[in-house]
Amino acid sequence: MTRVMSAEKIAAARAEGRPALIGYLPAGFPDVQTSIEAAVALAENGVDIIEIGIPYSDPVMDGQVIQEATVHSLANGFKVAQIFDIVRGITQRTDVAVMVMTYWNPVLRMGVDEFSRRFAEAGGAGLITPDLVPDEAGEWIEASTKYDLERVFLIAPSSSEARVLSTVDASSGFVYCVSLMGVTGARSSVSSAAQAVVDAAHKAGAENACVGLGVSRREHVEEIGAYADGVIVGTALVAALRDGGVPAVAELAAQLSGRA
Amino acid sequence: MSTPENSELSQSIDAQSLRHASGPYFGAYGGRWMPESLMAAMDELNETFEAAKNDPEFIAEVKDLNKNYSGRPSLLTEAKRFSQEYCGGVRIFLKREDLNHTGSHKINNVLGQALLAKRMGKTRIIAETGAGQHGVASATAAALMGLECVVYMGAEDTRRQALNVARMRLLGATVIPVTVGSQTLKDAINEALRDWVANVENTHYLLGTAAGGAPFPAMVRYFHEVIGDEAREQILAQTGRLPDAVTACIGGGSNAIGIFHGFLDDPSVEIYGFEAGGDGVDTDRHAATITLGRPGVLHGAKSYLMQDEDGQTVESHSISAGLDYPGVGPEHAYLSDIGRVSYEPVTDTEAMDAFKALCRTEGILPAIESAHALAGTIRVAQRKVAEGVNPEETIIIANLSGRGDKDVGTAAAWFNMIDEKDAEAEINVANSQNSGSQNSEEK
Repeated sequence: MTRVMSAEKIAAARAEGRPALIGYLPAGFPDVQTSIEAAVALAENGVDIIEIGIPYSDPVMDGQVIQEATVHSLANGFKVAQIFDIVRGITQRTDVAVMVMTYWNPVLRMGVDEFSRRFAEAGGAGLITPDLVPDEAGEWIEASTKYDLERVFLIAPSSSEARVLSTVDASSGFVYCVSLMGVTGARSSVSSAAQAVVDAAHKAGAENACVGLGVSRREHVEEIGAYADGVIVGTALVAALRDGGVPAVAELAAQLSGRA
Repeated sequence: MSTPENSELSQSIDAQSLRHASGPYFGAYGGRWMPESLMAAMDELNETFEAAKNDPEFIAEVKDLNKNYSGRPSLLTEAKRFSQEYCGGVRIFLKREDLNHTGSHKINNVLGQALLAKRMGKTRIIAETGAGQHGVASATAAALMGLECVVYMGAEDTRRQALNVARMRLLGATVIPVTVGSQTLKDAINEALRDWVANVENTHYLLGTAAGGAPFPAMVRYFHEVIGDEAREQILAQTGRLPDAVTACIGGGSNAIGIFHGFLDDPSVEIYGFEAGGDGVDTDRHAATITLGRPGVLHGAKSYLMQDEDGQTVESHSISAGLDYPGVGPEHAYLSDIGRVSYEPVTDTEAMDAFKALCRTEGILPAIESAHALAGTIRVAQRKVAEGVNPEETIIIANLSGRGDKDVGTAAAWFNMIDEKDAEAEINVANSQNSGSQNSEEK
């Protein structure tokens, strides 16, 4: 099967004169099947790239809404190997790129090579790794090269010029620009630091720099879209799924993408 | 530990010093497995620490605080009755970290890190705590140096250790009960890390153990090296020779790495770390991370980790809140792999028996954490006696990392020493006071 990569989707959005829209949902929330349905609803309502998070016992970069969702998923018995079923379930029914966001220990435990192989077989495009920096990523760089997977590392407002450069160098697909110093969560306005982070990424040679953290509304998408190549929405979608199920996710995605 | 592989390794490592391993890696362990948002702060901390280590002014400041504030050097006390009654006459010396200000080794590390925080111009420190010992020590250092202090503590632990919560508040710290996850020490660390990401500009995360991303493991060890340096000097002065063995308890492993440091380069000295075996390592209620864990990454370091087949962190259990942690410092993982240090589990029951033994023979109330080291010491001594050594010519130093005042309630309950009538009477008094205060609120 041919896999859809995030770089293609970002290029396609750029050709249409808009930023790519990236939507996050936790795997297995509220259950495995519904998390697939919710992701399909995202794809049908203007989301270009779907980011599925693997629930983890110690999610230090996540705020309360995502923590609660992943705790729920784990309590329901979510197993890491189910991520491949979810990825396959989404890629079979949509033409979006499917990324997985994961803390590193679950991948390490399965084996970086085995995880990468099974993920690529399921149609996945790449991994977003919030607690893995390029400095420690030797094994992942090897496996992602072998299985042609995208490596999305993060840069932050606190990142030095040298670290931005090495992180951009090690990344493929896009670079995840953290908009503020903090954890995931919807905020009323997007931090003014975001543009500086994106500018630093572009200056370091990043083709695609996407902004996440604190993004929840259409106006944020438009504001960030003026300078970034993609916009990442997480907590707001998770809250919508929690409160209103798949229809609420579909509605919010349509608003975010400007279709509604 | 006498496989050909291990002895080969031991020989090759004898060639170089183990005492001053600088990180960031200890063999395959250590490193910085943490979010990019914190990398700048970790770099800044590393630079500040490296500069301070070579700054005579900083070294003098630490020495002065250790001597005139903490009360160092701590004593090395021979435990003669404990030795005769429980250790077959093997000579036992206790390194008395329980006599330090605030009652444990923790003060060594917090004073050093608080000084570094000031050097970095940070005005606020945050800390995690399980039983409350590191929280109390951090609050103490913050009060001494005029820093704001916030302590994260699992909600479950704040209930079990209400007295220590009050101590921290008296010292001016803010204690935040952590209600997410399993509500224990590991979740307190997660919350502290989330706070740090958001406030890193003015905040130093004063991690309490020799774990975490680099430079924490080597830095925390550095501030505890004084334990091993003193113990080595004291045993030479008191007995004219090195001990046959050194023992310590291991949670994250900071007191242990501190005393081990003094003896790692003395091949004749056997070194033992005792992990919390909880109900037993054949049950699922324990904290024997090195004995039963597998390598993984947690809280910034690669090390042994209690985890399930999915890489999810597994809850640890121990009667000792200070050892109740599913990870362990990376240097210990390395020292275990190369066979230089032997790590063994000690059950709750063994630890509490040793706790009582020390109380009754020496008039010293140990922390339950330290009682694990004492139980292990008894085991090592009896093993040596069984091997036929001359006990009077055999010496073991046990690190008595803290005092047991905080554990009186737990120990009294364990040994059924609370008279039921008294307990009932206390509960009645408490209830009547509670209802009294509720009434007054209603009015």
